[in-house]
Amino acid sequence: MHELSIVTSIVESVTETLNSYPGARVLEVRLRVGALASVIPESLEFCYGIASEGTPLEGSRLVVNVLPVVMHCEACGEDVELEGVQSFRCPRCGEPCSDMRQGRELEIDSIEIDDGEVKA
Amino acid sequence: MTTRIVELRRGILKKNDELASALRASYTAAGVLVLNLVSSPGTGKTTFLERTLKELKSRGLRVAALVGDLETDNDARRLASSGAPVRQINTHGICHLDAEMIGRHLNGWEGVTLGGLDYLFIENVGNLVCPSSYDLGEKIRVALLSVTEGEDKPLKYPTLFNSADAAVITKMDIAEPCGFDRALALRNINEIRPGIRIFETSAKTGAGMEEWLAYLAEARGVL
Repeated sequence: MHELSIVTSIVESVTETLNSYPGARVLEVRLRVGALASVIPESLEFCYGIASEGTPLEGSRLVVNVLPVVMHCEACGEDVELEGVQSFRCPRCGEPCSDMRQGRELEIDSIEIDDGEVKA
Repeated sequence: MTTRIVELRRGILKKNDELASALRASYTAAGVLVLNLVSSPGTGKTTFLERTLKELKSRGLRVAALVGDLETDNDARRLASSGAPVRQINTHGICHLDAEMIGRHLNGWEGVTLGGLDYLFIENVGNLVCPSSYDLGEKIRVALLSVTEGEDKPLKYPTLFNSADAAVITKMDIAEPCGFDRALALRNINEIRPGIRIFETSAKTGAGMEEWLAYLAEARGVL
């Protein structure tokens, strides 16, 4: 499990972004995590509380949006969504697929910040 | 209070990915084929690699290995018996190798330069989960599975098996007493990674090694 190091990277990355928003407070950090990224959302959330302590991210929420695996099926000529990660076959025609279009993402999608006072 | 959304769309492992891309470029420029070996602890990565290094060396090929472990340099010492240069990477608790560790250990490796190698093997920390997220710039990721582990390993660890370029089944010499269901194992690997090259080997008897070495030669030929 390397969720703590992942969360530490998130905290570093967001803290860096905050340099462009002096005085801002982070309310929420939204992630895009592919079903095949091999991280557990609950572990991320647990580690997040620890890693964000004493940083500008302390008290913010971590929202993990899990993306299903999408494969390109040669036989159907289309992108198809897999129901799980136990079989890499097209759910429509049953042919094996090896061209992945989505499923390994491990990204910070966006952050919601409180800018404080509205600037004049 | 004025809240706003700031779009980032930034890879969390971006730093590693960038370092890995730079490593990949340097491997290609040097003409060295780099392989990343990943398995559970106890699969027999070290024994398999030891035999691979010996066989390649006896064919006049220039080989080296980086070996990741949490602690101890036992594996590096075992592998060094092949006569190939071997360097240990102790991660001290970190469950995987990352591109920064590889870059750091390639620098200042006495007597070894990428340009002076035909093959560089990276033996990852024994772990089927975390190494799959960390690109080391390798050309070929090898997932290893022993006959003692259960045929459903690929189903349990789809992230790794799906990201592998080749699969190696080890300890085939004891497949029978272990009740290893070969057909089921092959089917499960193919279910997770359709069409992947699979090698059924025994580093002890040498079974399957010729096929594996032919694959390595072929892969290096198309660098």
